[in-house]
Amino acid sequence: MKNVKNVSRRSFLKGLGLASGGLIIASGTTLFIGCEPKEVVEFNPNLFVQLNSDGNLILVASRSEMGQGVRTSLTSVIADEMEADWDRVSIKQAVGDVKYGDQNTDGSKSVRLLYEEMRKIGAATKAVLIAAAAKKWEVPASELKAENHFVISNSGKKIGFGELVEIAKTIEVPKDVVLKDPKDFKFIGKYLPSKDVENLSNGSAVFGLDKRLDNMKFAAIKRCPVTFGTVKSFDKTEALKIAGVIDVVEIPRVEKPFGPLGGVAVVATNTWAAFKGKEALKVEWDFGANANYDTEEYMKQITANVQKKGKVAKTVGNVDSAFKSATKTIESTYQLPHLVHTPMEVPNAVVWVQENTCEVWAPTQEPQRTRTEVSAFLETDEKNVTVNVTFLGGGFGRKSKPDYVVEAAAVSKAINAPVQVVWSREDDIQHGYYHTIAAQYMKGSLDKDGKVTGWLHRFALPSIASTFAPGTVDPAPFEAASATNVPFEIPNMQVETGEAPAHVRIGWMRSVINIPHGFAINVFADELANEAGVDPLEFRLNLIGSDRIEDTKNEYKYDTARLKHVLKQAAKNADWGKKLPEGHAMGLAVHYSFLSYVASVVEVSVVNNKVKVHNIHSVIDCGLAVNKNTITAQMEGAAIFGMSLAFYGKITAKDGAIEQTNFGDYQMLRMPQAPNIHIEIVENNEKPTGVGEPGVPVIAPAIVNAIFKATGNRYRTLPLKDYKLV
Amino acid sequence: MTKLKINGETHTIDVDPDMPLLWAIRDIIGFTGTKFGCGKGFCGACMVLMNGNAVNSCQLPVSAVGDNELITVEGQTENLQLLQKSWAEHNVPQCGFCQSGQLITATALLNGNSNPSDEDINNAMVRNICRCGTYPRIKKAINHSVELKNKG
Repeated sequence: MKNVKNVSRRSFLKGLGLASGGLIIASGTTLFIGCEPKEVVEFNPNLFVQLNSDGNLILVASRSEMGQGVRTSLTSVIADEMEADWDRVSIKQAVGDVKYGDQNTDGSKSVRLLYEEMRKIGAATKAVLIAAAAKKWEVPASELKAENHFVISNSGKKIGFGELVEIAKTIEVPKDVVLKDPKDFKFIGKYLPSKDVENLSNGSAVFGLDKRLDNMKFAAIKRCPVTFGTVKSFDKTEALKIAGVIDVVEIPRVEKPFGPLGGVAVVATNTWAAFKGKEALKVEWDFGANANYDTEEYMKQITANVQKKGKVAKTVGNVDSAFKSATKTIESTYQLPHLVHTPMEVPNAVVWVQENTCEVWAPTQEPQRTRTEVSAFLETDEKNVTVNVTFLGGGFGRKSKPDYVVEAAAVSKAINAPVQVVWSREDDIQHGYYHTIAAQYMKGSLDKDGKVTGWLHRFALPSIASTFAPGTVDPAPFEAASATNVPFEIPNMQVETGEAPAHVRIGWMRSVINIPHGFAINVFADELANEAGVDPLEFRLNLIGSDRIEDTKNEYKYDTARLKHVLKQAAKNADWGKKLPEGHAMGLAVHYSFLSYVASVVEVSVVNNKVKVHNIHSVIDCGLAVNKNTITAQMEGAAIFGMSLAFYGKITAKDGAIEQTNFGDYQMLRMPQAPNIHIEIVENNEKPTGVGEPGVPVIAPAIVNAIFKATGNRYRTLPLKDYKLV
Repeated sequence: MTKLKINGETHTIDVDPDMPLLWAIRDIIGFTGTKFGCGKGFCGACMVLMNGNAVNSCQLPVSAVGDNELITVEGQTENLQLLQKSWAEHNVPQCGFCQSGQLITATALLNGNSNPSDEDINNAMVRNICRCGTYPRIKKAINHSVELKNKG
């Protein structure tokens, strides 16, 4: 844009023969006084802001966009503090570089961690612009204010941000800044539309899969059906017969958490030829240590592990004596299968390894880790590797793991050309980083008044830690936290863990450990309510008990009043207790994760053993709501994501290989099953907390609890399709 | 040689006649708005309009296209542009990857039915998966387009 503008202005002036200065009147309206018109001047007060002398404002998004709206959310915070005109803002995606700070777009923490920093950046830039105007007009800065891309004086003088660029460049950026009073926010806390919506609706947004380079080849990789199996030998004869296939190269297995699995790559002039070549390729595998992985058998094993005493992760009071003296005890076992992310855009990357440099274009949630892994693979300094971040066609945690980028680096290096490695959907489903498989045993006791006196939660599930430290059989501390932090006022509570070795790569998927824990805790609490003969809402509020701050190690305090509030609001919005049509019932769940509080009330009907979800009322308290449009969208999406896993989500392994292949046997929720979704965002000025993930864990247990209410049948394993309910 | 009429222009390409239209559009001709999602016709990310109807381009060999007019998400056709405006109005896309396909399916729906019911919308849009879960907004945006259309 800047070049176009310059060229036209300059050539116009040259045409008049007046380009060397003097008083020029151009077009009757634009006035250039006293000097030669210049290139557009850029003012870069910091890494995130570029203000051009034409007034265009380019703000940098350091976090990856995968649908969570982060490009808009973060830049709008800068723009708000800067008093910028949002229409003058364009967004530039940062490359992977430590200079931007942590860029790992994961764990629902981009806004949480960057909100204050973005505010300060905006405020500092505004301060410089005001100082520039003060200098220009020779008035005290205190007589000036910024408003909608202008600096305005008390006396009514007005100058555009762009016109202040030259002077602003001479002014030191202040370290201490005054932030806006939240009541004056223009974008923060509003329903601000995404800056990217048009490009994402007309085919012009460039996802990883859309990156094209001259002479770029396409590659598909055949990987061992069994995790960590290796290539014994391969025969490329048939693959090379496919029209368009250029080469067949072996890709090494790199024994690192995000190392490629290894395999054989078919390189071609187009994706289809690469896919066909891959099918034609004959590979003999050494299946290795995981060749007997059978999830049906494995589930029996971890279920047995939770029937016996495990390692104690937390204990309060004495559960054993509580169970002995109880009027009633109940026990339940919950079993949840592996899941996989299936972002709509499969893993893929374009990499061009040249003699001394390497350039990457990838849909990655973790550009810096990608840079580290690629440079380590190429045995070159990170400064030689550039990681460009494209739009991500979904991430959900899968694209935090750059194994697929390293694969592309390996192929590019081998063929000495730029290449795009494209996973098929089958590759995506069969060679992922799987959400854990979990067995959980719960035992609870009630006294004669129906009060809960004891709570035991025991779980066994292969840990994410096993991906980083092979051989790990115990959960990492964060994988126990969502069980140990349950804020129920029960005098005797214990959490125990059982052993669970991993036989596939275990990764994190949207909401991570909160999916199994949120399920077991919320369903078991509902079972206790039923045993006690108390309404589940009243029962749950009593379980959470008094208003208090739970003992947490970080600055974000777990406030039980906020937890109860979201539950009460969800119940109120759904009109909990109202008379429903025959066969309909409501269920609830409430869960704290990613430092946010979420409750959902779900209305289902079960007719002829088929479940339909009619309404979902979710309420989130995520502190200050930076962009309500995005938060609402994330909560809607989380409800659909939660329904997909409740209805259909199940990855199974037999003889070490994943059995599911594509969306035919690993199904997703589709529009006809999507319920009416109603979202409330709690208004407050607490620090912003997670949004992308915390809406997910409540959905499956709320559905299961509603089905129980409707039918009297309690479903303790997922997915519901296994019961032919969907 | 295969001739493909896409977005009003004829492209002559030299490919295996069995090559699915999707890959001819993306890798040979170079329109990347049409997406690869599953390669098996399950997800609808690859939808294009053929004579106004939505087809899974990953399932259609280029040899089967013949003289039929193709329109991709980059193309111009009244209902597509109308829907794109509504998509913006309702802030539909999250990651956006499936939205080309969603828009093409919705365009085909409106091409054949100027006043679809909720059930008609469900029946048409069941062909498209959105992993981000934008279905409620897609439905609102389609209804919004229908309102605009019927207002004239």
